[in-house]
Amino acid sequence: MPGAAPQASAVPVSPSGAAALVIRYLCKEYVRGKPILRDINLEIASNGITAIIGPSGTGKSTLIRCINRLVEPTAGAIVFDGHDLTRLPRKELRAVRRLIGMVFQEYNLVERLTVIENVLSGRLGYVTPANAWLRRFPRADVGEAFDLLDTVGLAGFAHQRADALSGGQRQRVGIARALMQRPKLLLADEPTSSLDPKTSVEIMTLMRDLALERGIPAVVNIHNVDLARRFARRVVGLSGGGVVFDGTPDGLTDHHLMQIYGGENWLE
Amino acid sequence: MAGVSVVRPASWPLRLAWAAFALYLAYALSHLELTPARFLAGLEFGQKFLAKLFPPDFQRWELLLKGLKESLEMAILASALGVVVSLPVSLLAARNLMPGWVTWPARMLMVVCRSFHPVIVAILFVKAVGFGALAGILALTVASLGFLGKLFAEAIEEISLKQVEAIRSTGAPFMSVITYGVLPQVHARFIGFSSYELDANLRNSTLVGIVGAGGIGGTLFAAFQRFDYDFVCAIILSIIAMIVAGEVLTNAVKRVFRA
Repeated sequence: MPGAAPQASAVPVSPSGAAALVIRYLCKEYVRGKPILRDINLEIASNGITAIIGPSGTGKSTLIRCINRLVEPTAGAIVFDGHDLTRLPRKELRAVRRLIGMVFQEYNLVERLTVIENVLSGRLGYVTPANAWLRRFPRADVGEAFDLLDTVGLAGFAHQRADALSGGQRQRVGIARALMQRPKLLLADEPTSSLDPKTSVEIMTLMRDLALERGIPAVVNIHNVDLARRFARRVVGLSGGGVVFDGTPDGLTDHHLMQIYGGENWLE
Repeated sequence: MAGVSVVRPASWPLRLAWAAFALYLAYALSHLELTPARFLAGLEFGQKFLAKLFPPDFQRWELLLKGLKESLEMAILASALGVVVSLPVSLLAARNLMPGWVTWPARMLMVVCRSFHPVIVAILFVKAVGFGALAGILALTVASLGFLGKLFAEAIEEISLKQVEAIRSTGAPFMSVITYGVLPQVHARFIGFSSYELDANLRNSTLVGIVGAGGIGGTLFAAFQRFDYDFVCAIILSIIAMIVAGEVLTNAVKRVFRA
């Protein structure tokens, strides 16, 4: 329906302070001439959850990985903590990565290490490789790691191996690891896609509460539109490699969903 | 032929190939003069040899023990050295972690190390550094690098990169990414491979002595040449005992690390 679709309004949803993250004209091509992200422009406020929704294969994971350059952007700028991350040399990039916590779809814990070692791996950017090898972390960090485990509801699991935990428990460890970085930004790539509906809500609640409590802005890729509506302060709809909706959850109508995902039968 | 159907039709090229193979076997037999008479003569030799082997003579046990001890030390030192050298080389050779221009020289090095039998490498080292255990240790280390390097690299190439990605995303330096993201995933397999290599080195360490590279092999070879067959028998029995003991030891090591 050309013309009928109202342009997604770029509602300014940052109620306080400057943007924590600014993305300008971000492009990514894995194959030359076939961009998966085209000219993405986003400003992420300094608090609250921003949900990124969109169909599979539309570049949500790529977008989030371009931010901390786990995937190298092809063009554009990403401004965070006073740096354009796309231009940082390796060493400075590592220093900035320490400030960006990340939560993954399949938890990405080191399976054969213990829970507490996994949480402490969030501090690896701050300890020398030799000390890391010997598992020598500053006492304050170890104390904080145990506190974090307590916070995410895994007190008493510290010395279990990560592969002994259930999915929900593993994601709690993943969140603890990300927070262990004392991040200024939290990225989450489909954090609930491998979990059952009840656990998904628990994980989203935990992530939202901790992010708000610690004043960490979060960018969360999410499949589930209901979860996005329920937990995000702002929803960004991605389709065909571009932003087609950007606004509050209230502003997200069936009309927009059709625009993002295409078709309409699935909405009934 | 009611009720019978041919599910695999005759293949004439295949039949020809089998016929050619049978012809070649017949030719090789005749060429090497493997006649029944030759076989019977061999049996007679064997009988005399076996009679001379027994009973084993352990009178020169000090010489025997010295050789065994040297072989054991060579095997353990070469295995340890081999592991230490293989770790960095295999990391460089892993195609999922390193760019092509790094992996191919590392792979070439491992192929070269694997190309020659340890005895040939031992001959080279005997010429290069002189007779004795040093040449043997170096030869076995080269062999260990060839095999362990390849096995380690293959194990690294099978790891889950998700765990590596997570560690990278924390801003960890490269070496910490290796020790947290890679090593925990391959640790148990590395222990297994290393214990196999220790096993192989134990066996090879009894062999390189024949070319003068130290260990019990030299003693064995000398005994053969002096027709001391009862001493030969004692040496062979001791080698078997050492290999069995080595097997028990490596199994114990593996059990400790599996827990």
